Amino acid sequence: MKKLDTPQELDAWRESCKNELDHDRLRLRVCDGTGCRALGSQHVLTALRQAVNGNNVEIMTTGCPGFCEQGPLVTVDPQQIAYQQVTTKHVHKIISDTLGKGEVISELLYVDPSNGQPVTTESELPYYKSQMRRVTDLNGQIDPHQIEHYIAHKGYMALSKALYDMSPDGIIEEVIRSQLRGRGGAGFPTGVKWKFCRQSPGDEKYVICNADEGNPGAFTDRSLLEANPHRIIEGMIIGARGIGATEGFIYIRSEYPLAIENLNIALNQAREHGLLGKNILGSGFDFNIQLRLGAGAFVCGEETALMASIEGKPGEPRPRPPFPAQEGLWGKPSNINNVKSWASIPSIIANGAEWFAGVGTEKSKGTAMFSMVGKINNPGVVEVPIGISLRELIFDAGGGIPDGKSFKAVQFGGPLGGCIPAQYLDTPIDYESLTDLGATMGSGGLVVADESTCMVDLARYFMNFTQEESCGQCIPCRWGTKVMLDILTRICNGQGEKGDIETLEQLANTVKTASLCGLGQAAPNPVLSSLRHFRDEYEAHVYDKRCPSKVCWK
Amino acid sequence: MITLTINDKTIHTQVGRSILEVARDNAIWIPTLCYHEALKPYGGCRLCLVELETPRGSRVVSSCTFPAEDGMVVHTNTKTIQQSRQIVAQLLLARAGHVPFIRELAASVGVNDTPYTLPQDTCVLCARCVRACQEIVGMSAISIANRGSDRVVVPPFKISSADCIECTTCVLVCPTDAITLDDITDSSRTVHEWQSEYARGACRLCEYTLNGN
Ligand SMILES: Cc1cc2nc3c(=O)[nH]c(=O)nc-3n(C[C@H](O)[C@H](O)[C@H](O)COP(=O)(O)O)c2cc1C
Repeated sequence: MKKLDTPQELDAWRESCKNELDHDRLRLRVCDGTGCRALGSQHVLTALRQAVNGNNVEIMTTGCPGFCEQGPLVTVDPQQIAYQQVTTKHVHKIISDTLGKGEVISELLYVDPSNGQPVTTESELPYYKSQMRRVTDLNGQIDPHQIEHYIAHKGYMALSKALYDMSPDGIIEEVIRSQLRGRGGAGFPTGVKWKFCRQSPGDEKYVICNADEGNPGAFTDRSLLEANPHRIIEGMIIGARGIGATEGFIYIRSEYPLAIENLNIALNQAREHGLLGKNILGSGFDFNIQLRLGAGAFVCGEETALMASIEGKPGEPRPRPPFPAQEGLWGKPSNINNVKSWASIPSIIANGAEWFAGVGTEKSKGTAMFSMVGKINNPGVVEVPIGISLRELIFDAGGGIPDGKSFKAVQFGGPLGGCIPAQYLDTPIDYESLTDLGATMGSGGLVVADESTCMVDLARYFMNFTQEESCGQCIPCRWGTKVMLDILTRICNGQGEKGDIETLEQLANTVKTASLCGLGQAAPNPVLSSLRHFRDEYEAHVYDKRCPSKVCWK
Repeated sequence: MITLTINDKTIHTQVGRSILEVARDNAIWIPTLCYHEALKPYGGCRLCLVELETPRGSRVVSSCTFPAEDGMVVHTNTKTIQQSRQIVAQLLLARAGHVPFIRELAASVGVNDTPYTLPQDTCVLCARCVRACQEIVGMSAISIANRGSDRVVVPPFKISSADCIECTTCVLVCPTDAITLDDITDSSRTVHEWQSEYARGACRLCEYTLNGN
């Protein structure tokens, strides 16, 4: 394929891609994401390929649409019949009954637990109906290995607009006006951060995509990386144009082999088509992206540690200032954003800031992705407008709590976040209200706890994680988290003593204020928030030698 | 020139200095451990924390790494700062309470004993030795291995490093005598911490040998 030299060539190619993708075609869409693969989708895929051999049916492998609990997922187009938990033994029936006679196989349909009724099509599934899919709209709809699919769905149109119809400052202004806030944790306004980096003196600048996603229980980034890598790449090119960067890095954890494979394929395709590299789309703008693989340290998700790691140094954070926008990678001005932040950019540029800011709350605009695990009926990835209530998120999209148990709390933001108990279920989810409750938006990972979860034990679990992942550079985090874990372990073993809770609390407060980086500063959150909302459970362990949830020392 | 206040005292100074340096020039005491004049600031011990008054509320920062800025309002001895120093001192006592220097340091922030228990070691992981070897000597014959509370200072693979030029800078900058040169008059010397033996030779920088010839 010849490199695209003008926006017109891109438009012409888009038309031919659209025709290729022809929506009325008989097609089986098979989810080939990590979740479905773990449940056997590749066997289903092989069997389907053999069975349809020679017939006029297309098989499309897609990335993860998010409904992981019900995998392997197979969707029959054009009717969009959504089959769940498909195994190899269903393959012939799908071919003969559904493809052959147009009949729906009821045993493969999702049954709505609220009314016991089977749901036939994808768009009617309650899981999707409760969502607003803006960043994830193509997850599950396209083959991430085919750039043509992304192109057909307006892919790289925003890039063409950014390069030809907007100035770099105009790009940044648009992102500022959209009020997009970083989706990697702290929620810093993305456009403002870009502006700092643009204004920083220097000809050589870098943009970085943080795809380290180290939170246990978080996999929103993975679903995007696997299902639609081009959207992230497009966002980075637009950002680089705004900031004036010539080189980009995607720092991705090596535990994500499928995401790495899909990203590599996408990067090569973008380069082949002149969308990445020298003279992008004939505009004279040069920008390239390289992958860097993480080696399994949670702290390397912290921006300064991440940059040290890219430089080949030990993954240890450093104090700020200087901020990355002043002195980042190799001392050059650098801008780092989360996967979801980058993936939000193309639609902001294409549809405008007002469109983006049309949903959300006063201070938190747009949609947010969440991954939900733990005691929940539909573990998986969802995208919802910011500002919906926790109740809507957990009970509508998440399908509620299994086995008739009652909801106890949700850990928001993983090991650096906090727990939110049942009395706050109607709180609108946005950055501010979560912080007020002692939790954080984090990277969108939720762990749901039911009545059988011990909150002290859960706090101990997260403390064990952060203690192990502490790099050990500063004293409060290196030894403070260790002593905190020792006390929690003692309490969970029924050996808590009078004064332990107070010591724990005091230590937690100091580790939070005194630590060098965000890891230490947030590591006490699970303890502090559970002490705030479930202090009685701690007291029962220490004073009555009793675990109210019957989890500890059975 | 910039003007800032530290503990309500108005101070004029030039740009490009850390809060710690400015404070020390003005006889304002801030405790430190990992800080060393000859080394780049590290921000690891967190004893030098100070509180800044900012339009967006107060902020706790390490004074060794934070640049002094015009109009800054700094407090070195607030309740928050005292409490965090004391807890850091208690953690240090739990680790190395047998070291006189650590006991003195803790006493200077009002701490004489500790409620915590940690595995004992003379090394408090301030990393002065590692940084000196890298920044001053330019060798990196020692480095930090492992992470979190398992951190240790070791030569690569815990064996004598060919990069060591026997300059003993690490010994000089170590505040707790965790690195000691034993048996200086012998023809080999043992660095106890690392259980490795070095044949004595001349320092490749200054050609000074330890027994003076
Ligand atoms: C211990 C620690 C781990 C982090 N891990 C991640 C991560 O895996 N992914 C991420 O995007 N941000 C992570 N962050 C936040 C980053 O430091 C940084 O704020 C973020 O990448 C900025 O992107 P954003 O502005 O788009 O949110 C982590 C922070 C800390 C303190």
